[in-house]
Amino acid sequence: MKRRDFIRASVPATLLPGLINGFSFRAFAGSPLIQSLAAANVTDHVLVLIQLNGGNDGLNTVIPLDQYSNLANARSNILIPDNLVLPLSGTTVTGLHPAMGGIHQLFNDGKVGIIQSVGYPQQNYSHFRSTDIWMTASDANQVLSSGWAGRYLNYEYPNYPNGYPNPTMPDPLALQIGSSVSLALQGPAASMGMAISDPTSFYNMINGIIDPAPNTPAGKELTYIRTVAQQSQQYASVILGAANNITVQSPSYPSAGSNPLADQLKIVARLVAGGLKTRIYMVNIGGFDTHSSQADAGSTTTGTHATLLARLSEAVKAFMDDLSFLNIEDRVTGLTFSEFGRRIKSNASLGTDHGAAAPMFVFGKNVEPGILGNNPQIPVSVTTSDNLPMQFDFRSVYASILEDWFCVPSADLNNIMLNNFQKLPIIQQGLCMPTDLHQLNQDAGINLISNYPNPFNESTYITFKTSGGHALIQIFDNEGRLIKTPVDGDYPEGEHKIWFENENYRSGVYYARFQNGSVQQVRNMLITR
Amino acid sequence: MDRREFITQAIPERRQKQDFSGMARTITGLSPYTGPWTINEVRHLLKRTMFGASIPDMQYFLSLNTSSSVAELLEQINHPPYNPPQPPLNNYDATSPDANCPFGQAWPGTPDTLAPVSTVGARRRSLKSWWIGLQLNQSRSLREKMVLFWHNHFVVELDTISVGTYNYKYNELLRLHALGNFKTLVREITTNSTMLKYLNGEQNTAAAPNENYARELQELFTVGKNANGTPPYTEDDVIAAARVLTGWRNDLSGGVNSANGFNSYFDPSRHDSGNKQFSTYYNNTVITGRSGAAGATETDDLLDMIFQKDDVALNLCRKLYKFFIYYEIDAAAENDVIQPLANIFRNSNYEIAPVLSALFNSEHFFDFLNMGCLIKGPLDTCIGLLREFNVQFPSASDLAAQYAQWDRMRSQGSTLQQNLGNPPNVAGWPAYYQEPLFHELWINSDTLPKRNQFTDRILTSGYTNLGTTIKVDVLSYTASLTNPGDPLQLIEEVLALHYSIDVSVNVRNHLLSILLSGQALNSYWTTAWDDYTGDPTNTSYATIVRTRLETFYKYILSLSEYQLS
Repeated sequence: MKRRDFIRASVPATLLPGLINGFSFRAFAGSPLIQSLAAANVTDHVLVLIQLNGGNDGLNTVIPLDQYSNLANARSNILIPDNLVLPLSGTTVTGLHPAMGGIHQLFNDGKVGIIQSVGYPQQNYSHFRSTDIWMTASDANQVLSSGWAGRYLNYEYPNYPNGYPNPTMPDPLALQIGSSVSLALQGPAASMGMAISDPTSFYNMINGIIDPAPNTPAGKELTYIRTVAQQSQQYASVILGAANNITVQSPSYPSAGSNPLADQLKIVARLVAGGLKTRIYMVNIGGFDTHSSQADAGSTTTGTHATLLARLSEAVKAFMDDLSFLNIEDRVTGLTFSEFGRRIKSNASLGTDHGAAAPMFVFGKNVEPGILGNNPQIPVSVTTSDNLPMQFDFRSVYASILEDWFCVPSADLNNIMLNNFQKLPIIQQGLCMPTDLHQLNQDAGINLISNYPNPFNESTYITFKTSGGHALIQIFDNEGRLIKTPVDGDYPEGEHKIWFENENYRSGVYYARFQNGSVQQVRNMLITR
Repeated sequence: MDRREFITQAIPERRQKQDFSGMARTITGLSPYTGPWTINEVRHLLKRTMFGASIPDMQYFLSLNTSSSVAELLEQINHPPYNPPQPPLNNYDATSPDANCPFGQAWPGTPDTLAPVSTVGARRRSLKSWWIGLQLNQSRSLREKMVLFWHNHFVVELDTISVGTYNYKYNELLRLHALGNFKTLVREITTNSTMLKYLNGEQNTAAAPNENYARELQELFTVGKNANGTPPYTEDDVIAAARVLTGWRNDLSGGVNSANGFNSYFDPSRHDSGNKQFSTYYNNTVITGRSGAAGATETDDLLDMIFQKDDVALNLCRKLYKFFIYYEIDAAAENDVIQPLANIFRNSNYEIAPVLSALFNSEHFFDFLNMGCLIKGPLDTCIGLLREFNVQFPSASDLAAQYAQWDRMRSQGSTLQQNLGNPPNVAGWPAYYQEPLFHELWINSDTLPKRNQFTDRILTSGYTNLGTTIKVDVLSYTASLTNPGDPLQLIEEVLALHYSIDVSVNVRNHLLSILLSGQALNSYWTTAWDDYTGDPTNTSYATIVRTRLETFYKYILSLSEYQLS
């Protein structure tokens, strides 16, 4: 019996998904009894990140109906008529943009959580910089070179890419569909993801189609190289195998090419159901930078933003239907994020300028449904520079997902998030079971550098294995600053050990980067004082 | 992976013979090219004749015309008379103390030190590193590419030679004659100490002839084999040539010291002084046997006889063609290019420059169909990238690090199956001769991902050694372009600089989406770039453009198109 079936079967249906005598369902599900019976395999858990490029206008996405009159003062030219706002079950004060019928239905079915006013202190209004902040999970004034998801994958699979793929992890750790591998998937040393730059190239790959080349000597050689490139794509065969395992998907998807996000999510569902053990998928949809003509004049429920939200909603709904159709609903959680929200006050060109906090959607069968946080407060009189303050730090969202969905022990979160963040009820409790999988992942691949003890205070031993020739170990702090090069010279093949002393370094995460010939590997070290 | 394994892995079973039927082919010959002189022609000329086409070199040659560009590359104008580079230095004292040569001094000409640590391996590495350094720092000349060509032609596997100075003198010889006279080069290489060791010439005596060099001299170095793979000469010709060459030796075979400056010499007592009869292929020539010191002159007679054969010039011209143009020589190219080139070669008494001048000035060379069809070799890939992106190496004042980084790139070439100084065997690297795949042998499921790993790494973490890091500085490289703040212009310029063939609209759109991080407005990139150039010390501004540029260049250098020149 599947875990969810068990819960369904043993709890009176009327009690789901609401409260049991005042105790929320999540408390019930988190009880030791349920935990021991629900032998969830954490490898199953997949996270899908949907990036809304451009800065989504949160106030016209999740609409605070109790602020409606003030909202009408601030943005009358793009305001959604209150009678057309989609009401959310369980609340009368918050609704959705009328284009979001699919997500609306999912919310009412208990498969969507809305987190209000997510952002970070000292909002940066540059698309690029704010995107990087969201990808790296840095402070506003801090520049990090690795991504939060990349750091997680590096924590879980520390030897990657040396000795990968392997039986424990035969598949890509992360897949980005629709663009190049993003900063979010950048680990401390290597990129932890692979990119399928567009759905066409995915279909070409699984169908063995090579782009046409001219009928010239150059074209002939190009075709040769492309053929080898396709054959030697490290994960081509496993991706191909997974894709080929699934021949029928839910009919809910719109026709191919009409909704690029739906096309991307359809690939994700196919690969997850086809058996890939890939943990993180990133997809994206652009165009949210709606400085003008966000809504049509005189018809605020249509226009650019309505089209984008309709695509988002339609894609997520079809994807969720497909997860159910493919029987993998239990395994997938998704979220949406955008580099910032938009200004409260609209501008004269029927648009909105760069803003601050905005809502996030999390979706999936295992999310904590409902609305987290309160409606943003809209002042009576809004100036052009007024922004929504954040209620939740986006890094709290990441950290909570890492802990409750990827089952990272709270003690280890610092390794990844580089700081302590508030724990939020985003994912239902009780999905993390003790398994030996984390240890298997730790050991998978080829370990070239390690240190003991770790964490350490005064000093630690660093052990490294070389294949001869020049060896290098550099110690970086979490912002990528080189603080020490304890090894830089020729070492004979074999295992070596050095003593590394804490020369008054502050507490925190450090990276020991090992380089020997063409291989490199990074080890996290934690200094505690 | 050993060479055999590499070759078997590289040849797909599905294709035993290349099929060129139906493909557009050239009809041009050696008439001088008179067409436009644009970035396309300059890039084509430089990528083929040098290691990569750097921006300053492209700008320089764009200001010349075709013929003066070729003349300059052949060092016929704007070059001082050839002066050998400073020899390799002792960079290895820290690990292999050298009693015969102090740190920082040139070791060629001094004996190897054998104890407490032998310097033989360290000197070999020093030589190869230095050679990489010469490629990286080449002048606007064809010479370094030709040194590689001759190294692949007159192969010596340096790792089999345990006298440092011998190896140096072999390299010195190739470089000296790289653009000179082919017949002179063959004469010199025949009695070069390194070659005498490598192909056993020093063991070739009247009492115990060794035919190794006599065979390769004909089969590989001069007349070559017929199209069907059979030699035109006979086995008896090999035996007769070996007898002619008896008596050459090194003064201390296998030793490390030299009484006479590491030169070979002729030992009449080991020479076969009988007459040598050759086959009808050589018009039944008899080389009259001579005793005493005069026996050495038989070697000149032998080469005179061989160089009477038309096959010598044809063999060399075909090899040059495959190295510089394309590996497929169809009937038109044979008739309109190879045959006339061979005539030029013979008529100039085997001067190399007139042949190369005719080839690189020709309509055929600049034929659209000959552009972008050459798969870059590993060294062309590595050294070319480092030069094109102006990657900075440690200066001579940090000698150990400078050599270490040069060695790192030598090792990178080796990872991609081209270890400078060590071709896999006497025939050279298979990609230059192995039918039917030729250059396609460079690219297989092992080496292609490694090419991408190299380009990724040189763009990101780089290679660190002895406290120095070599990597592409994407910010300064991009700043050197015409108008990097305009993303469309940036894309077009980078494509024009690095690609020999055009790419699709999809690729351009994808490149744009990288620069814009998926945003819709080009001005976002412009703003980011202007923010950075307005305040270059602002880490946040620099990081924003750097991360996007790294991804941008990684993508460009990872596409199949990038492997072609």
